[in-house]
Amino acid sequence: MKMNRRDFLRTAGVWVLGVGLLPLTDVLAQGARPQVLPGREALSAARWAMVFDSRRCREGCQDCILACHRVHNVPDIGDVEEEVKWIWTTSYEGAFPGRQHDYIDGLRSKPFVVLCNHCANPSCVRVCPTRATFKRSDGIVMMDYHRCIGCRYCMAACPYGARSFNFRDPRPYLDEVNPDYPTREKGVVEKCNFCAERLAAGIPPACVEACRDGALAFGDIEDPGSEVRKLLNSGHVLRRKPELGTGPQVYYIV
Amino acid sequence: MRIYNAPSIIAGLLVLIGLLTFPFWYNAGDVVAAPEPSLDTPVLQGLQDKQCIEPTPYMRSKHMELLRHWRDEVVRKGKAIYVASDGREYEMSLQGTCLDCHSNTDQFCGRCHDYAGVEPGCWTCHLQPEENVP
Repeated sequence: MKMNRRDFLRTAGVWVLGVGLLPLTDVLAQGARPQVLPGREALSAARWAMVFDSRRCREGCQDCILACHRVHNVPDIGDVEEEVKWIWTTSYEGAFPGRQHDYIDGLRSKPFVVLCNHCANPSCVRVCPTRATFKRSDGIVMMDYHRCIGCRYCMAACPYGARSFNFRDPRPYLDEVNPDYPTREKGVVEKCNFCAERLAAGIPPACVEACRDGALAFGDIEDPGSEVRKLLNSGHVLRRKPELGTGPQVYYIV
Repeated sequence: MRIYNAPSIIAGLLVLIGLLTFPFWYNAGDVVAAPEPSLDTPVLQGLQDKQCIEPTPYMRSKHMELLRHWRDEVVRKGKAIYVASDGREYEMSLQGTCLDCHSNTDQFCGRCHDYAGVEPGCWTCHLQPEENVP
């Protein structure tokens, strides 16, 4: 067969175009993908937020911490250098450094419950090289443990120390295991997830549910009628290190 | 063409080829039985219609894609329910849905994975039903 240059280029062009369009068949086939739906009972919000009322928190009480750590299979390593924690208590100075003075006698002894602030502008999300940590549209800063490579950039970036690294397999350090929630493995970073798995099932966060004194409130901060919004106007409200521009979404009534 | 020390070089080459192909001829003729994942669990025993969420051939070849899809929808997009091709709905959860029926992970998942030499990392975080934990 004899082919002149023009015919060759024409035929080659058609072939290249055809092969180039081949991937489109995959895109068109996506229409047949199975459907997924949000949970029937799922709670939703424009932006989830938490309010901690220090006037109500009882000294020495550990209910919220124990409930959270039990529900999420958070291990008790026992060594401060390797500890894993999602929620814990600290002093006023620990929670609000730079805002103390020598005469804050009343506040000094009060416990402040601290956890991941689910920042509006989370620095951990910005630095994560695998996007293992990301912000959902409802404001929850989530971890996808499947993607975490344990580089710990997020831990360096978080100004609140809200993230813990699993230096070892956590399973031997669990007294009782909640079979409805996974554990983590050695080499991943973990933190509070605002109980995203419970919200999806229509129940409030474990810490809020466990608090018998009503010191923790949870809700949609963008909803003017929500409990958290009303609480914000009931006293003097602080956020942790707001000057850093992370936009923390855990509010403290002092 | 002439090869210096041809006999020893050729003998050496033959030995090398023999060693490299050792796994093939050593196992030649051996019949390795195809894995038989066990469906013998209390929940499956009690089911009238032993049908997984999708048809078996699809599950056999695509379960890993399905699980990846579930993972991304649940963890990253906040979805919870999977609508199967026949319209039935399931919670997208490995521990909560799959292992409900397939509680014998060692005899179900493990048998094929061992045969195929794949090691999925599921159980380092997700909890297997107690009967499988050594």
